[in-house]
Amino acid sequence: MIDEELVQLLSPEGERVAHPEYESSLGSNEVLGLYRDMVIIRRICNESTSLQRQGQLALWAPVQGQEAAQIGAGRALAPMDFSFPSYREHGVAWCRGVPPEDMLRVFRAVTTGGWDPQKYRHSVPTVVLGNQTLHAVGYAMGVQRDGAEEAVLTFFGDGASSQGDVLESFVWAASFNAPVVFFCQNNQWGISTPSSVQSKIPLYHRAPGFGFPGVRVDGNDVLAVYEVTKRALESARVGGGPTLVEAYTYRIGAHTTSDDPTRYRIDAEVEVWKHRDPIERVKALLAREFKVKTTTFDEIAQEAERLALKLREDVLAMGRPDPITMFDNVYADAHPLIDEERREMIELGVSGGPS
Amino acid sequence: MATTTMTMAKALNEGLRRAMEKNPKVLLMGEDIGRLGGVFRITDGLQKDFGEDRVIDAPLAESAIVGTAVGLAIRGYRTVCEIQFDGFVYPAFDQIVSQVAKLRKRSDGVYTMGLVIRLPFQGGIGAIEHHSESPEVYFAQTAGLRVVSCSTPNDAYWMIQQSIEHDDPVVFCEPKSRYWEKGEVDLDNPPQGLFDAVVRREGHDVTVLGYGSTVKTLLRAAQTAANEGVSLEVIDVRSVSPLDFETMARSVEKTGRFVAVQESPQTASIGSEIVAELTQRCFYSLRAPGVRVSGYSVPYPPSRIEDAYRPNVDRILDAVDRVMGFES
Repeated sequence: MIDEELVQLLSPEGERVAHPEYESSLGSNEVLGLYRDMVIIRRICNESTSLQRQGQLALWAPVQGQEAAQIGAGRALAPMDFSFPSYREHGVAWCRGVPPEDMLRVFRAVTTGGWDPQKYRHSVPTVVLGNQTLHAVGYAMGVQRDGAEEAVLTFFGDGASSQGDVLESFVWAASFNAPVVFFCQNNQWGISTPSSVQSKIPLYHRAPGFGFPGVRVDGNDVLAVYEVTKRALESARVGGGPTLVEAYTYRIGAHTTSDDPTRYRIDAEVEVWKHRDPIERVKALLAREFKVKTTTFDEIAQEAERLALKLREDVLAMGRPDPITMFDNVYADAHPLIDEERREMIELGVSGGPS
Repeated sequence: MATTTMTMAKALNEGLRRAMEKNPKVLLMGEDIGRLGGVFRITDGLQKDFGEDRVIDAPLAESAIVGTAVGLAIRGYRTVCEIQFDGFVYPAFDQIVSQVAKLRKRSDGVYTMGLVIRLPFQGGIGAIEHHSESPEVYFAQTAGLRVVSCSTPNDAYWMIQQSIEHDDPVVFCEPKSRYWEKGEVDLDNPPQGLFDAVVRREGHDVTVLGYGSTVKTLLRAAQTAANEGVSLEVIDVRSVSPLDFETMARSVEKTGRFVAVQESPQTASIGSEIVAELTQRCFYSLRAPGVRVSGYSVPYPPSRIEDAYRPNVDRILDAVDRVMGFES
């Protein structure tokens, strides 16, 4: 289909695929769990797009098509691991336990963060491309110094793979043998720029040049993504150093709700990838091999529906923050200019409760 | 009370050593800082004593030095990053401005960006291009950062420790031309708070203000002025962001005249900020408008002619004459 070195354990039709190095370790309940995650995150994503179209969000970055990449990677994390996302990793945030309404706070433009990154061991969204990969390596260097058996997972895309920070993070991770896994979702498009402009070789081929292994996995195959990421994290935890995982996938939707992909790519390409849908192939496997009943699928769909409705209610309830909060947490303690400006805002009567 | 004489370079070295002894989470990271001890030898001997895990010889990439220090901060470490020269900080500018400065805010106060970015700055060492710049204004403009500069060995010893202990990220500007000048260091008692300006010489005619290597030039100017019968009060600004306007205003309300001196170009500079704020605060005490003496608005020149670029005693006294000439 794409690359003979692509790790795939489940075909687009939902058939098991044998691989010389990897096999799925998951039983029926676990696979059903991954299916549920993917259905829910797609439903949340669709609800979010609707909310943006209705003027309730400033922006949304859709995840459709990349559910397997994000859920497979997110579920491969151990509780004590730490993950550093960019801005599209809603599926990973879900796996880390971040409440959906917290994922949307940034897009509702009521905050620049949204959740407690230490509580969920999942850092806050990073919009400047690639910055977070260095944070991940630094955090991993801290894990090393603590002598802890933990790993760090960081996310970026084919577009960000051209950023200096990403390449510097490769150098650092290799030099210090840091316990970090670089997870690149190659969704083929950096807004309008095709991945062929970012790299003349498969992205995972870059890793050996930096001195660590690279693996390309079918990013639409949640079983393969889970196993490949899990093994890379395990290796990192026990001193095996970094791995680059390239999840080969596709962004079915727009880059963000501000984007119009019909201006730069053809429908036929999108149609090809819709036939490689990450959710349908797992559903086929579950029905055929694990004899999961239609009623179970219906229940999951209903659960996703309930979550979407709750999300809508939660988002609509998010009022305008009190302007005075802009002065909070800029500094750790007193700062004469900030304190003076805060007083000025209070005196002007601009401050007030949520509206 | 233990007081000893040492160079600013040694005082920084001793301050870093003491911070590392006090807190095992303090790390140093930078280019050539381990085995070599840094190009200015500020970290001399520290890797030998604290090991390669705490004094980290970094690959040569400034964005990564700062970016990984961010990750280490999230993990609870306090990293002192050495940027080898002022003009090499720009590859790290994105990390400093977009991440270091904003992550406390973005995480609603969960992340503490306890890291220090050491920046040898200003000119006066006869260097080639990119080794003599004054980029402090870029960082002073950025909310979330604090920017300080030492001018004496005693301040160097204490301010580096105070910066490491502080929970906000600190851009620590070191006047490299003063690294080898000696001064008294009190090893027991810090002189004052990290963000306090200080009067270095009392006077009553004109307040002159500056920071880093400029402070010594101001003191020389004050000596020359005194010989000519003009009394200058010298203020070491010390903290570039936030600025300690209370101390400055107290002085200017007394003298009624002031000159702000800096090596950076004038446009949107620290001196401009000082003139604007002191004009507002001390308007009814002023006997002349505040005047700035700055580096010229050109790229830092080849060092054979840097003496004509950097504010010197003549240019400072010329500005003093101008504010004195406003007397009605």
